[in-house]
Amino acid sequence: MSNLIKNIIRFCLFILVQVYVLDQIPPLHRLVTPYIYFLFILWLPFKMNRLVQMIVAFTLGFTLDCFANSYGIHAASCVLIAYLRPFLINMLISQEGAEKNYNEPSIQSLGFAAYFTYAAILTFIHHSFLFFLQALQTGGFFYFVVKTLTSTAISLLLILLVELIFVRKQRFRTNTV
Amino acid sequence: MRNIFIFIRIYFTFIFFLLLMGVSFYMIFSYNHYHHAVYSATANEITGSIDEKFNTVQYYFQLKKTNDSLVKANEALYNKLRQDYEIPDTVNRIAIDTLLVDSVQTKRKYLYMQAKVISNSVNQPNNYIELHRGKLQGVAPDMGVIDINNALVGTVVDVSNNYAVVMSLLHEQSNTSARLKTGGETGTVVYDSKTPGILYVKDISKSAKITSGDTVVTSGFSDKFPGGLLIGFVKDIINDKSSSTYTIRLKPAVNFENLQYSFIINNLQKDEPEQLLKKVKTK
Repeated sequence: MSNLIKNIIRFCLFILVQVYVLDQIPPLHRLVTPYIYFLFILWLPFKMNRLVQMIVAFTLGFTLDCFANSYGIHAASCVLIAYLRPFLINMLISQEGAEKNYNEPSIQSLGFAAYFTYAAILTFIHHSFLFFLQALQTGGFFYFVVKTLTSTAISLLLILLVELIFVRKQRFRTNTV
Repeated sequence: MRNIFIFIRIYFTFIFFLLLMGVSFYMIFSYNHYHHAVYSATANEITGSIDEKFNTVQYYFQLKKTNDSLVKANEALYNKLRQDYEIPDTVNRIAIDTLLVDSVQTKRKYLYMQAKVISNSVNQPNNYIELHRGKLQGVAPDMGVIDINNALVGTVVDVSNNYAVVMSLLHEQSNTSARLKTGGETGTVVYDSKTPGILYVKDISKSAKITSGDTVVTSGFSDKFPGGLLIGFVKDIINDKSSSTYTIRLKPAVNFENLQYSFIINNLQKDEPEQLLKKVKTK
């Protein structure tokens, strides 16, 4: 399957799961609202142009905003993590030329520890920015800090589950490409 | 000049990032002030049609609860039928109005429209409900929405051709004038957007006698709802010694979790008092 089609399907699936599963379940607690849709941005190919990455992230966030009636909040946090993603990948890549040998970030291409640092940092940034924007409109400081920490923990757990259940097998490509 | 171009070329990604951020922030802040952003009507139509498809599935899981509440609503209506009451005295006669002009029609104040709930949120800081009725069916912003058991749900804030978005009581900007059913003291119902399922009634005068379990209803001062609609039941009272008013914690009467049908209230006599008030203010 070509990269484009695969990502379009992923885009739709992540939005549908976020809107119709995670947003529908009764809250575990008032300070815990798990998000998974931004995993789409984490899974974008290494080779993708940074501008395109940000446009895609913006579209993803905006689509979710349309469903949640919270115009702009998700779009802003998605653009932020899409902008920071390449810096983080450059820092965390351990194997020589992993970004050339593999298509996209995964446990297989980055290694377990590096991949989860990558996921944890981006999840934390995404959640803190998202809840910061929400707190600007509604809540106080305590609300913002605790909600960020608890939700990040639950979201990371979800990401771990997704990675374990849906193993993405990637072909090892030679350096001749 | 050349240096500016070089600067832009080097930092183009960053500038583009700032641009997208700017667009997002513009949306965040403009949407809160004016609910009529250009894109919201189109976006409502699209998300509305998807939500509707999802709701046809989800609806089946709540048929039982919906049915129960419909039976309850029916029971209440049956108990109001004229045949339930005996007229004790034959002196009472029902006079039939023989005027050609239907005087009942012009006196009608509130018109109720049934609407299906197609999407609903409860756990966000600001919650919205989407209804499958819109501009073409006569819905306009600022109309009140109740559930089938006459309990207050919220206010319509945005409409597209076939869908309407309702700001539920669980919304930061929701502000409803309310009254204690027993004493008649008035206050304002608000939501602090932190504790789901708890509303607050502010500015209840300290002379009021309140016990937990008391009913709070709409005051009838608002032009969106008639008076006496259920809002909720008193949970407990926050007694702030420094203030001269009570704040009450309220358990809403609506079960927001399984809302499937609702009524939109159209106030047909809204314009007249509004214009009068405007006239007074400009004097």
